[in-house]
Amino acid sequence: MMSTPELAIGSQQGSLLPEIYRVEEVIPETHDTFTLALIPQEGEPMTFAPGQFNMLYAYGAGESAISISGDPDLDGASILHTIRTAGTVTSALRGLRPGDSLGVRGPFGTSWPMEAARGKDVIFIGGGIGLAPLRPAIYRTLNRLERYGRVRVLIGARRPRDLLFMNEIAGWPVETLVSVDRATERWRGHVGVVTPYVRNLEIDPGNTVAMICGPEIMMRYAVMELLNHGMRPKDIFITMERNMKCAVGFCGHCQLGSEFICKDGPVFSYETMQFWFAQREF
Amino acid sequence: MPTTNLEPYLAKHSFFSGLDPADIEEIAGCAKNAAFKAGEYLFKQGENAEFFFVLREGHVVVEVPTARGHSIEISSLGENQILGWSWLMPPYKYQFDCRALKQTKVLEIDGRCLRGKCESNPRLGYELIKRFARVMTNRLQETRLQLLDLYGAPADRS
Ligand SMILES: Cc1cc2nc3c(=O)[nH]c(=O)nc-3n(C[C@H](O)[C@H](O)[C@H](O)COP(=O)(O)OP(=O)(O)OC[C@H]3O[C@@H](n4cnc5c(N)ncnc54)[C@H](O)[C@@H]3O)c2cc1C
Ligand code: FES
Repeated sequence: MMSTPELAIGSQQGSLLPEIYRVEEVIPETHDTFTLALIPQEGEPMTFAPGQFNMLYAYGAGESAISISGDPDLDGASILHTIRTAGTVTSALRGLRPGDSLGVRGPFGTSWPMEAARGKDVIFIGGGIGLAPLRPAIYRTLNRLERYGRVRVLIGARRPRDLLFMNEIAGWPVETLVSVDRATERWRGHVGVVTPYVRNLEIDPGNTVAMICGPEIMMRYAVMELLNHGMRPKDIFITMERNMKCAVGFCGHCQLGSEFICKDGPVFSYETMQFWFAQREF
Repeated sequence: MPTTNLEPYLAKHSFFSGLDPADIEEIAGCAKNAAFKAGEYLFKQGENAEFFFVLREGHVVVEVPTARGHSIEISSLGENQILGWSWLMPPYKYQFDCRALKQTKVLEIDGRCLRGKCESNPRLGYELIKRFARVMTNRLQETRLQLLDLYGAPADRS
């Protein structure tokens, strides 16, 4: 049975109490995106499952939900968060320097279906900043390639300068396709939104798991193409983003119908979310 | 019995699949293999649209030349995709430039030859129109999505 993401309800390790972490490194990624490498003030860094997120608390500014973007199989490594500057909290996080401290609660939420995808073909589709929450799942797959069938990664962004992790993507030993909406003169890759490329993939619909992360419109079109290939809603996984406060299912801020995005998600099977995707405003 | 070695390839290609073997034979009769080196143009804006292409291998980019001398890339196409529909409608001129980004192998299908066959075989003409309409609809939808800025934050999209 594939429709339930792993680490479902009640699995979160995080709590309401932040732990103090220190910034080990600030890695600039693009003009508006950066990665914070964090280590705990005391003890070992947390363990996490691909797809989980933390609540990062920038003192004086507030808390934001940010997915973990690093390798889940590197023991003791610092915890990576790749952040796009949006407003108050993310700008405050952008201002942090190595040695500065911040509060971290987590990890929270469900994970990408890494176990359920064993033995199957896997398609990752990441749009914009959405590649960051997907990266731990890609690392996990690359670390255990023998467990999976054909692995493909499709990446889309608006312009070449918005593409994340370009230096390392070229080294991933799987089929990757990178496309931008607006090319520049020096761009030699694909041009156009990423979703039509899904149409041209060879897919074995009964033996494929898709994991998609990006803005909701992008996910909607990507899902549509996968369904046209004959894939089942329960084999397609997406992440949902909602404003979060408690992140542990108490406050109701992130509620969507009967689901709490913070604890029942953020990774959901499309089967669970298809009703909401069909709504105009959700 | 295929009369050229292109017929089995065409019959298996998703764009042509389901066509009568006789129609495939007609199309193959207007087709030949061609190759373009990286940087070479398959066609340029304003030229007579003599061909459409089935991309067998490689990667091409469709672009608009600008007055300032450089080009703006608007889409790119790869293996198995169909390129070009200007051969189908007057004034039979290419609307964009198309350049190979790497060594690219194509099946080049002569538009004038195929138009002639469609005039005398309207069933084949109708089949091709239906198939090209699907390609055009997909391209229109892709262009709309490109305009939307799928990846931006909600605030960027206003
Ligand atoms: C489970 C989860 C995981 C997330 N993972 C990441 C991640 O890995 N990296 C990352 O950069 N962000 C991630 N986000 C989004 C991040 O939480 C928000 O961008 C952040 O909280 C915005 O806070 P702010 O105070 O900086 O902006 P605000 O001051 O609250 O908002 C500033 C502007 O940003 C817009 N905005 C706010 N939230 C979002 C959002 N979620 N998406 C798009 N635009 C928004 C607002 O409309 C407003 O225009 C995640 C969100 C969730 C729920
Ligand atoms: S953020 Fe409070 S219930 Fe989800």
